[in-house]
Amino acid sequence: MKKVMVEHLKYRYPGTEKLALDDVSFEVEEGELIGIVGRNLSGKSTLAQAIVGLVPHFYRGAYGGKVIVDGIEVLHSTVSDISRKAGIVFQNPFTQVTGSKLTVYEEVAFGLENLGVPRSEMMERIDEALTLLGIYDFRHANPFDLSGGQMQRMAIASIIAMRPEVIILDEPTSQLDPQGTEEVFLAVQRLSREGMTVLLIEHKLEKVARYADKVLWLDEGKVMAYDSPSKVFSRDDLEEHGLAAPIYTQICKALKLKSPDGETYPVTLEGAYEVLKRWN
Amino acid sequence: MELIRVEEVSFAYLPGKLVLDRVTLRFDHRSTAIIGQNGAGKTTLVKLMKGLLKPFDGEILIGDLSVKKVTAASLAKRIGLVFQNPNDQIFKGNVLEEVMFGLLNIGVEREEARVRAIRALEMVELEGKRDMNPHDLSLSQKKLVSIAAVVAMDPEIIIFDEPTIAQDHAGKERIKEIIRYLDEKGKMVMTIIHDMDFVAECFERTVVMNRGRVLLDGPTREVFSREEVLKEAYLELPTVAQLSKRLGLSETFLTPKEFIAHLEGRIKG
Repeated sequence: MKKVMVEHLKYRYPGTEKLALDDVSFEVEEGELIGIVGRNLSGKSTLAQAIVGLVPHFYRGAYGGKVIVDGIEVLHSTVSDISRKAGIVFQNPFTQVTGSKLTVYEEVAFGLENLGVPRSEMMERIDEALTLLGIYDFRHANPFDLSGGQMQRMAIASIIAMRPEVIILDEPTSQLDPQGTEEVFLAVQRLSREGMTVLLIEHKLEKVARYADKVLWLDEGKVMAYDSPSKVFSRDDLEEHGLAAPIYTQICKALKLKSPDGETYPVTLEGAYEVLKRWN
Repeated sequence: MELIRVEEVSFAYLPGKLVLDRVTLRFDHRSTAIIGQNGAGKTTLVKLMKGLLKPFDGEILIGDLSVKKVTAASLAKRIGLVFQNPNDQIFKGNVLEEVMFGLLNIGVEREEARVRAIRALEMVELEGKRDMNPHDLSLSQKKLVSIAAVVAMDPEIIIFDEPTIAQDHAGKERIKEIIRYLDEKGKMVMTIIHDMDFVAECFERTVVMNRGRVLLDGPTREVFSREEVLKEAYLELPTVAQLSKRLGLSETFLTPKEFIAHLEGRIKG
């Protein structure tokens, strides 16, 4: 079943002339994990806002085309209706924290209170989300006493506890250490295997290559590619549009060593190992 | 020459919970990366060096100045710190004023401050945004404004706390260039960073922190050859080193370039 359908979406912020999104179309199946990549200002965050309805309901501006999330059309729904279907984790956790709650536990409860979830279920969901993100031990801490990485995981837990059908994460690991980053990717992969549809904006292409089912590459508001990580990251025009292929791909490309399919280059550690091992 | 001496420094935000536990480090001019998991004490350590926090035990000397005895203001000419979150640093209504602010505070004349601020904005390629409100910029641009503001003050020691947050490929490359440029100018550049590929490419020396202590300290290549110790600090190898290890090679490679050159040699040979 298709969870997200975007058809010929065009969007311009108020007071600007350039289209932030220019004829964007793609579809996402239930449970898929999609990596959204592209240089800064390519339209990734705007697309994320368009899926949860902040574009156009909060930002206004000129809007054309259609976004359908779990069967409802974003343009004709309210942000609060869409919030029951799709949740977003912002790039900067400081933007997301309510600032009105004194503990991590209450912060994660906030969204659930708004949804009117019964208390006993709330407690169960909060514990689960905090454990999944590895911050259960900080549940009584003040959100503003957390490190950047811990706060980022709290922001993700707040959304996951709401159990949306679709979750969009905007660079969720930018402030995390390598282990924290890996934990978040594993948590996201688990959610996607359990059936949650995940859209992940990320600059770490090695991670995208390893975890994403498909890659949506945007540049100047347009879709450059929507395909498997190996197909997208093997393209020759990445650099020209401000992207660097995963390091594994760069190495194999420099050595002209293709994957067994004869078309693409390896994009992961294992893929690169397979083609390089015979040189040892 | 020693620029910074950290002697047996301990620090805690809450009683009984040591964030730094008798840390001793000496810093010379070599560019240095400080790595470690979230909460290891990295940011606390640099805030202490900058004089924003005072150690409750031990001593920190910046040159011959003890941070305990002088104010943060008097250290500002010697040591600059670019905060992790640019929103903690930025508060002026336009970009140029923001970059001039520190200069004016250390007593630079207004006209000279303006010239130096513009030069710093050119370095981060944001000269065209000088009349904008910094809060209307993207997170990655704000980060560059906060870098410009510190570099403009021309301190001998420049510390970056997570400079690559929110940067795309081009932004990261620009920050690498800035670090190399400052290094060549004889500045001591110290950086807290989670991006191991960036560490491998840019820094001569790497200090690994774990739970408020120094776990490893040495030339970057040596540090990245100690995978078992890095694991203890919840860190991973740079991508290239992961691949060379997976292939069973004994050398530690730091950049794709040197690894490709090595493999080309093998393929030809």
